[in-house]
Formats: sequence, structure tokens, C-alpha cells
Amino acid sequence: MNEGIKLRVSNIEKSFPGVKALDKINFAVKKGSVHVLCGENGAGKSTLMKIINGIHQADEGDILIDEKIVKIQNPIQARSLGISMIFQELNYIPEMTVEESLFVGNWPKNKYGKVDWPEIRKRTISLLKKENLNYFPETKLKDLTVSDIQMLEILKAISYNSDIIIMDEPTSAITQKEVELLLKKIKELRDRGKSIVYISHKMDEIFRIADEITVFRDGCVVDSRVKEDYDMETVIAQMVGRKLESNFPKEDIQIGEKVLEVKELTNHGVFQDVNFFVREGEIVGFAGLMGAGRTEIMRALFGLDEYQSGEIFIKGKQTKIKSAKDSIQKKMVMLSEDRRRYGIIPVRSVKENISLSNLKKFIYKGMLHSKEETDTIIDYCKKMKVKTPTIETSIESLSGGNQQKVILAKWMLTDPDILIVDEPTRGIDVGAKYEIYKLISELAKQKKGIVMVSSELPELIGMCDRIYVVTSGKISGELERKEFSQENIMRYATQVIS
Amino acid sequence: MKTNRINKLYADMKSKYSIFLVLIVLFIISSIVDENFLSLNNLSNISRQISVVTILAFGQTILIICGMLDLSSGSVLALAGVFSVSAYIKTESIVIALMVAILVSVACNIINGLMITKFKAPPFIATLAMMTMARGAALLYTNGQNIYQIGDYIKLGQGFTFGIPTPIVFMLVILFTIWYILKHTVLGRSVYAIGGNEEAANASGINVDTVKMKAFIINGIFVGIAGAIFMSRVNGGMPNGAVGYEFNALTAAVIGGTSFTGGIGTSLGTLAGSFIVGFLDNIMVLTRVNSYLQQIIRGAIIALAVIYDIWAKSRRTKGTLGKVQAKSK
Repeated sequence: MNEGIKLRVSNIEKSFPGVKALDKINFAVKKGSVHVLCGENGAGKSTLMKIINGIHQADEGDILIDEKIVKIQNPIQARSLGISMIFQELNYIPEMTVEESLFVGNWPKNKYGKVDWPEIRKRTISLLKKENLNYFPETKLKDLTVSDIQMLEILKAISYNSDIIIMDEPTSAITQKEVELLLKKIKELRDRGKSIVYISHKMDEIFRIADEITVFRDGCVVDSRVKEDYDMETVIAQMVGRKLESNFPKEDIQIGEKVLEVKELTNHGVFQDVNFFVREGEIVGFAGLMGAGRTEIMRALFGLDEYQSGEIFIKGKQTKIKSAKDSIQKKMVMLSEDRRRYGIIPVRSVKENISLSNLKKFIYKGMLHSKEETDTIIDYCKKMKVKTPTIETSIESLSGGNQQKVILAKWMLTDPDILIVDEPTRGIDVGAKYEIYKLISELAKQKKGIVMVSSELPELIGMCDRIYVVTSGKISGELERKEFSQENIMRYATQVIS
Repeated sequence: MKTNRINKLYADMKSKYSIFLVLIVLFIISSIVDENFLSLNNLSNISRQISVVTILAFGQTILIICGMLDLSSGSVLALAGVFSVSAYIKTESIVIALMVAILVSVACNIINGLMITKFKAPPFIATLAMMTMARGAALLYTNGQNIYQIGDYIKLGQGFTFGIPTPIVFMLVILFTIWYILKHTVLGRSVYAIGGNEEAANASGINVDTVKMKAFIINGIFVGIAGAIFMSRVNGGMPNGAVGYEFNALTAAVIGGTSFTGGIGTSLGTLAGSFIVGFLDNIMVLTRVNSYLQQIIRGAIIALAVIYDIWAKSRRTKGTLGKVQAKSK
């Protein structure tokens, strides 16, 4: 038995269909300390926190508070045990006021059983005063910034008298100045004896705030030490230290002229001064942590979002992209990371999904739904190995990998010069992944310029000719193939640019 | 593999053609229940009666598939109709009267479309506003009075063309038009795509706003024609006519398998839906069902149609998914 341990996680295991998310997790958080969990996207940190907060249930293992085993079935139970969680994606009701949000679900009632508003006001004011915060109880949440709302969440945790406060990447959406404020608050809470579990992968922050650090990788704890025994290099090495799978169908392709060049592309607050280029036959990777702005850059490029300034050159000609339609006409297409939202038309057939961006091409004798259309689509499905009962089957009944191939087929039909693929293998099984890599290689061989955004470093390292690293909306590094390593990429990705 | 394919094809057929099966069954039952039902005269009457609502329903079909709807079609019909009637009285030209009806209705629908595309108003609210405005405009224009003595204008709704009642000819021509648009044109394909997933349609290079405007313009043309036929059938310009017709049209479309979640629906389905309502109304009148009870039955059928639609949809995805998974094992 260890004195001073507030929260202990013992041999926790958790599987989701098809994946082992957590494997025998052990670690302990001391009273009055900040314990940082770090690891790549998908390493299992958030899953573990959800288990501690009662959102998921562990398959095996125990959670101990004050060295006593507790069973946590839901977040309300977690709260009564003194655990509060502040989520990465803050869910809040914009129309709610500050005081309402602090007491939601926990309304003090008067003797008639009605909500006691004067009491709420009184408690809100005293709470705000005690914590030195300047909010008006009646301000609506929609008029506050993300960091304000985060502060309120912390306030809520304090008002519940939580001893354990879990924060899941709290700085991913706030400015540097707000980060300072947050870190100060966290230190203050720690000094009052609270235990803070802080999930982050920003090295700079981690080393400023941590008392102890635990590194996660692929659902396991790699190591857990006090901060003094760690340095940045070690943490990064531990985060990425998995072996590279070597079987990527990368081919040697003669690289040609620039097909796409982007200069100083800026959308204030989202990404700034982005410069990069792509050449014929080249696969250019974009690495970075979640929320770094990679997807946003590509969306702006493809005409789905606006950008304020910057220049785009396609095959040396300066151009402005006003809409996705515009981009497609200029031979630049994008496979979105959110397939369900921006990729498929779920209720329509495979055929209609494939021909969607090329309808004019399929008009024969003034009509669509011709035999020519059907023949071409069947041909493409064969070429891309799309597994579907018939091409009239609705796309939503196909597996993720096959849906992705259908979307790729749609873009191939437009005969693009530039293909942007954003997380092309997300949510796809291993076999289909390999086929998608092969298709991408094939396209590069056809002299197309390819931009590949991915959170899976092995995939980028295996497939790309060059990699740009994006950090906080800026390009923080550019690596040639010979410089590729997970450590190098992570070093750029985790640095803080102010 | 082969049987799998046949099963799949069978399931496809069943979901696609079940509505026609219902229609045929209803037709047979009706013929047995009342001998008068099957007479050519009665059937021709039914077709004539449903023609106006069916034409409106074709407009609703393209809008609903595209994820929208039109609550204003009954009122716009009245507005277009009274303008058309007075244009006929002034010019004595059926062609001009018809053109006026179409122009007025298209203008109203362009406003609908602009409210929805440019100002991002929800279709329900935008067309609700138009419903009230158009009715007001029709009453204002006629000073609330019916226009009588419309002379040969009645030929439009009561005459014959090639030996077929003229409203039915219009209905069939519009059926062909909407079928062709939905099935064989880029516009039709885009309408389905937008209704199925607007963001994905946009990201596939479809100009969503333009397509929505076009859908409303087509609806406008249909509503205008329906307006002229309606006024001709009732022997006058009635600014208070066709109240609630938009709901009858929606009913026909929904019973015909047009899905309110968008992306699904066919012209022939809507035609079948319209005939189902027509047959049902007719047989209930012939067999002297209490008229209040008739309303309850009509409502229950809408509820059934919607429940069936949702049930069929969940089965469709689950059923085939199960098969695909089984195969991959």
C-alpha cells in the first residue's frame, strides 16, 4: 500500500470489435500532483479516461480510489466519487447562461421543490469570487470563448468538490495566452491538493506542468516516471517506438514538373502562411497531430472552405478556387477524411455514386442510365476491385474499404492531375488498406501529383517522397525521404510555435 | 454467389415495386366490392379527379427527393389560376392564359427558391410564408370574389384531346417529363444526390443552389398548369380554391414511396400513390363509408406508408450488410 496515491488503475483491459484498445494498463496518480498521459492519436489515452469516467466499462481490471476498488458505471457515479472530466470536444448548450451551466443536472431546490434561482445566483457569485474569475452569471455560453467555457468546466469540477480532474487535450483549441492562464489554474488546483490527469502531446506544455509522465503506445503503457527522469527525446522515442511495417507498395517513379504550388495560404485562426508544392508522380505527405490544421488546409484548397489570402498555382498557372466544382474542373480532387459526411450518398447506388462527378460524360443520346454508363462503371469496379453484389446496390451496404474504393473510382473518372487524400485508410481493414496504397501508387505512376494527409506515421513514411509537418496551423518542417523517421516527424509535430 | 444475386435482385424488386402491388390489390378488391367501380366512366372520372393533385404531387416529388418540400402549392395554384382566368377573359386565348398561369407560379417558386438558397431559410418555413402570401395575393387581386363566365376556358379542364380528357393528357405529359428529368438527366441525378447527402453532393462538384432553384422552377411550371386546369374544372376563377391541396399532394408522394429523409422516390411511385388515394376515396364514396371515417382512414394510410418506408429502409441496410459480412467470412 502506497501512501498518497489518489487514483490507481490496475490491469485494465478493453476491446472494441476487432481491436484491443487497452492491454493491461497500470498506473497511479498521487494526491496533489499533475500526471500527464501522452501518446500518439489512438494510443488509448482517451479510451482509458472514458473508462475512469464511467462512459465505457473495462473488460478486465480495477479502478481504485484511495486504494479501494470502485465500480464506475456512468459519469454521474464518477462524479459522486469525486472524478470530473473535461472533454477535448466541449459539449455545451450555447443558449445556457454561466450560472445555469454550472448547476445543470444538479439544481438546488427550494422547499416547494422548485429550482432555487436566488441560491444559484448566490453560489455562482461566491464561486466566481473564490476562484478569481470575472464572468457574469447571466452571460450566455455562446458569447464566451472556448477557453472561457473550459474555465467554467473546471469551475464546475471544483463546485462538485472533485478531487480528481481529468483533462483531455485541453489546449488543442485555445490560444497561447489562454494556455498560460489554464496552466496557472492547474498549478493552483494541484497546490490545493487536487489530482490532475492531463492528456496532451505538446512537449513544451508537458514539461512545464507535469509532476509525473506516463507514455502510452498502441494500447499499452510504455513507461511511467517522474518528470525529472525524463527528457523530451525519450518521451518522443517512447511514443513512436513501434517498428515500421515494411510492406508498402511504394514504387520508384520519375518525378516531373510542379503540378501544384501553394504560397502563403492563410485562413486566420486556422492556418497561416502555408507554403508547399507537389510534383508530377510525387506523393507528398502531411503529418501532424490532430487539430493541427492539415484537413483545414486541404479543405480550403479544394474549395470547401474559404481562405483569406495566399496564392494557388496549378501547373504553373495562378488560379483561385471558389468551390469544389471549380477545383474538380481544374483537375484537383479530394478524398475527404469524413467519408460518411463528404464522400458517399448513402441511399444511392454504387453506380450513381461513381458517376456523380462526371455526369456529363455519361450522357448518350441525351440520356443518363445508359448501357455505356453501366459498362464503364462495371469496368471501373473490376479494375479497382470493388466488392459489391451489383452496381445497383446502395453504397451504404458496402464495407468501409469498398466505399472508399468507390469514392476513389469517382475521382479517377474525372482524370485529375492532383489527388488529395485525407486519411485514406481510416476505419478500413488491413487487406483493403493495402489495396488503397496500391491504387495510390498506381496513380502516382500515371504522373499525378498526390497529397496524402495521414495520422498514421508508418503509412506516410512508407508511401511518401516528401513529408511536410503541420503544427498549430503552420508548416513546421519539411523532410526528404532519407530523413524520414517517426522520431523526426514527431519532434516537429510536438514543438510549440508561438 | 448466383443465388445470392438473385435474392438481392428479388429484394430490390420487392422494395421497388411493392407500391404497385398495393395498387393492383386495391384495384381488384375495389372491383369486387362494388360493381360500379370497374366501369370506364368511373375510372375516367377518378383519373380526372386526381389529375390536379397528381400534377402538384409530381412537383412535390422532385422537391422532396431533393430534401425540400412545397407548402405553398395550393395557394400558388389559386393565385396562378385567377390570373390565368382573367388573362383569358381579356385575350380569349387559352395559350396566353396558360402562359400567364405558368409565369405567375414560376415567379412565386423562384421566390421560394431564393429564400431557401440565398437566405438559407428552411423550406418548410419559406414555403409556409409563400402559402400565406400567395393566398392573400389571390384574394386581393379578385377582391375576394369568384370570377365567373369564363367561356371556352372550361375546355382546358373539361374538354377532350385525342379523345382523352384533357386534364389526363396534361397529367401524362407531366408524368413523362418528370420521369425523364429524374431518370435520365444530370439535373435528376443531382437532385437525388443532394437529397441523399447535400455536403457530399457539394464536395462532388454539384452546384447545390442551382439545382434547388431548378427544382423549384420545375415545380412552378407544374403548379401553374395545375392552376389553369383547376379553375377550368370548377367553372371559374376561385381565389379560395384548392385549399389544402399541397397536403393531398404530399400524401400522394409519400404513399408513393418518396422518402422525407431525401434521396429516394420515383415519378411512377407518386402516380401510384395518387391512384391509391383516388381509388380509396372512390370506393369509400361508392360504399357509403361515413365521411368522417373516411378522413380517419386516409390519415391512417399516410401513417402506414411512412412506417413502411422507415421499416423498409432499416431492413434494406441491415439485410445487405449482413450478407456482405457473411460473405467476407
